[in-house]
Amino acid sequence: MRITQGTFSFLPDLTDDQIRAQIEYCLGQGWAISLEYTDDPHPRNTYWEMFGMPMFDLRDAAGVMTEVQAARGTFPDHYIKLNAFDSTHGFETIRLSFIVNRPLHEPGFALGREEAAGRTIRYTIRPYATDRPEGGRYS
Amino acid sequence: MTSQTDPGTTAVGPAASAPPLDLEAALADSQVEELLATLDRDLVGLVPVKTRIREIAALLLIEKLRMGVGLSAGPPSLHMSFTGNPGTGKTTVAMRMAEILHRLGYSRKGHLVAVTRDDLVGQFIGHTAPKTKEVLKRAMGGVLFIDEAYYLYRPENERDYGQEAIEILLQVMENQRDDLVVILAGYKDRMERFFQMNPGMSSRIAHHVDFPDYEADELFSIAELMLERMQYRLSPDAARALGEYIDRRRMQRNFANARSIRNALDRARLRQANRLFDRRGAPLGREDLMTIEAEDIRASRVFDRSETTVEGSQ
Repeated sequence: MRITQGTFSFLPDLTDDQIRAQIEYCLGQGWAISLEYTDDPHPRNTYWEMFGMPMFDLRDAAGVMTEVQAARGTFPDHYIKLNAFDSTHGFETIRLSFIVNRPLHEPGFALGREEAAGRTIRYTIRPYATDRPEGGRYS
Repeated sequence: MTSQTDPGTTAVGPAASAPPLDLEAALADSQVEELLATLDRDLVGLVPVKTRIREIAALLLIEKLRMGVGLSAGPPSLHMSFTGNPGTGKTTVAMRMAEILHRLGYSRKGHLVAVTRDDLVGQFIGHTAPKTKEVLKRAMGGVLFIDEAYYLYRPENERDYGQEAIEILLQVMENQRDDLVVILAGYKDRMERFFQMNPGMSSRIAHHVDFPDYEADELFSIAELMLERMQYRLSPDAARALGEYIDRRRMQRNFANARSIRNALDRARLRQANRLFDRRGAPLGREDLMTIEAEDIRASRVFDRSETTVEGSQ
């Protein structure tokens, strides 16, 4: 099951050239770009690990692209996303975020049912990937 | 920008068998001629440097035309080394170089990131690589100017982290040639020793440009240019005094060419302000506020009898 999230979640994965163009746009807006990775695909897993420091004062997409390549080299089987942070007063938040790398096989989610008081059923989802310990989930 | 050819060339390019290429149009298109003209106008002297830059610009323009008709010699190596004494205009020229490369399409953003050893080399193990990489990332798409580059290599300490910075730098200089242009700058003799110790660095630098010291009359023109920009002028006496000042100052130690001249002018402005302040009561005109008199310059320590012992930059 293909996980989608972020700005271009409705599109197929962006190619490197498209990523580069998005980075150019972000840098043109004066946003700081950072990379994050995880191997827990649960939708409520909001806080991913940082890959290196956020990149300030960059002028050209080439700098970010080298970092993206480095992240892919280190974590080929993880989800990696690219965030652009806007420090403008009033925003001070992520303005754009999209996935730049995903595992080859994404096993999807199991639906869990819990019987609660009075025949109530509570539903929950659990990624199959998290059956295995962190770091070895997609290899 | 890199793949862009002017419309004229593309129109005739593939159709005719031997289409005449319009060098003039390409030149006008890149607006580089105008940039070289301002370089000529704004920078006094430095004839060998200007010639070299003109040559490099010509090479790059021709290379671009060649690419337009499908001839390729691979992307040219653009890394440079600027050697010369302090105050000979290395940083200024590097800034212009960034602009020229940008106009010719060899540098996507055309900005200059000026760094020294402190910005590249870390304080402890594992600190250097991220620091150097961050600087490199900032400089991508533009020009990285490393001032006093020889400090990166300290032969007396074999565990010095500078070597690590050099290795990372070399890797990027080789692999990301179209993303980044590196300019190394420093004193001539020490740079030569640096290149001897780091042959890898030397072989990756295509253009070695040497900046000569300025002559006395060139220094005088520089002073005039600086004053004009600051909206001051010299009285005829002061001009004579400045001439003598330059002759004396050049003979002294720690002479930093144009930088010494700028410092001298700054101090002359200080003395002028004090002089005007001391004669309070007398009416002041626009002319008075603009003029630097001989006494403002002759008060300098350079004119002391004991000048031979003076070592400061006064």
